[in-house]
Amino acid sequence: MERNITDNGKFSSSLRGKGSLKIDIEREMLTSDGKMPLKVQTEISGNELLCLFGHSGSGKTTLLRILAGLNVPDKGYVEFNGKVWFDSAKKINLPPQQRNVGYMFQDYALFPNMTVERNIAFAQKEKNAGEILRLMEIFGLTELARQKPHKLSGGQKQRVALARALAAKPNMLLLDEPLSALDYEMRIDLQNEILKAHQMLNSLTILVSHDIQEVQKLASSVILLRNGAVQAQGDCAELISHYPENRNTVIGYKANRCV
Amino acid sequence: MNEDFINTLLLTGKLATWTTVVLFLIGMPLAYLLAYKRFWFKSLLEAFISMPMVLPPTVLGFYMLVAYSPQNAFGRFLEQHFDVRLAFSFEGVLIASVVFSLPFMIQPLQNGLVAIPQSLREAAYTLGKSEFTTFYRVLIPNMIPSIITALAMTFAHCIGEFGVVIMVGGNMPGETRVASIAIYDEVQALNYDVANQYSLVLFLISLAILTVIYSMNRKPAS
Repeated sequence: MERNITDNGKFSSSLRGKGSLKIDIEREMLTSDGKMPLKVQTEISGNELLCLFGHSGSGKTTLLRILAGLNVPDKGYVEFNGKVWFDSAKKINLPPQQRNVGYMFQDYALFPNMTVERNIAFAQKEKNAGEILRLMEIFGLTELARQKPHKLSGGQKQRVALARALAAKPNMLLLDEPLSALDYEMRIDLQNEILKAHQMLNSLTILVSHDIQEVQKLASSVILLRNGAVQAQGDCAELISHYPENRNTVIGYKANRCV
Repeated sequence: MNEDFINTLLLTGKLATWTTVVLFLIGMPLAYLLAYKRFWFKSLLEAFISMPMVLPPTVLGFYMLVAYSPQNAFGRFLEQHFDVRLAFSFEGVLIASVVFSLPFMIQPLQNGLVAIPQSLREAAYTLGKSEFTTFYRVLIPNMIPSIITALAMTFAHCIGEFGVVIMVGGNMPGETRVASIAIYDEVQALNYDVANQYSLVLFLISLAILTVIYSMNRKPAS
């Protein structure tokens, strides 16, 4: 299955190849405990499946939104594959429309007025009916083509959101807690869909999560965010062994959720 | 039914229809600005739009008359360049009616826009869609009940308008004599039968419109 997808030339032809994402930003966040600075300086290589991991309120979603151009940093610099997206010193700030990122929202943000098929078609920059059919087949949506989003289950919505994000042929995929709204079994299924999407994209995917199992299964590298700052960056197993306190909190959190 | 009766009702419908159409074209962009944009005079603009809710129609009508007068800049400009006098004309009443019905159009549209999840707009932007494309492909199709409410409220309110019309337009058959004014006029002349006919028609139209609005807003979204 995976080989089929990576072998398919349609997506790899639109790739920019390996590059890197450079981030050096600051932004003041408003949290329930008051103001907290988000300060991130890092570099990520261009075809990782990177996981932003941390407690809620640590700045994961804000960082993701900054990358998409949906939030603006107070100051700093963002560059992807040699192109400057944001530079406060030079007053550069590309709008989301010009960044070409696929963004999956926590609520999936499917357009309620459009069918599954239309949601995917809307994302295409050039109309290509064959491509829509192919995406629907890959994500198991063929039979749902004419359904409106409100009739879909959470897992189905997520697959539509992934297919839609890929239909725009983005050069980066940003997933904001894609699995948090789903039950346990559904998560295992959809983790595979995310891997599939990442392989089709063959570029950088950044995933926000606070589920350690999800991180272990999916991520090729991890950034650990704590109170708005990068606490550590690197391999998943390493991070857990270095920061056992995270493991405990996360396992405790999961236990609460599963009961 | 006599011809006068029919003409008066037709004129009432014409005024309400034009007001609704013009206000929709003005109201959609205004509601968008108020719902999503931040600017320094936003509260002032909102206050101006809501003024007709609290102001006696006579106040607005009075200022409209003053503005229309050829002795003042706006009226003089119209007379000199277009040979138009707005006071006691259908067009003059239409403009006053548009201003006076602003909140009935803007508020439902603005509420409808605010109720659409922010993520839908943002999703469209990340898919490369401009604000305008997002507006007509994503926002408008997902606020149809609000649009219908806005149109119906404006139309219904306009049919019931009295004070502004009589101030700005007077009581000229075929030009400014709408049903609400005709009722007043007929009662003054002790023609209770005719007044009753007008009243019944207005009563039933308004009841029908409001029933449609309430039944539509009761329908669950999914």
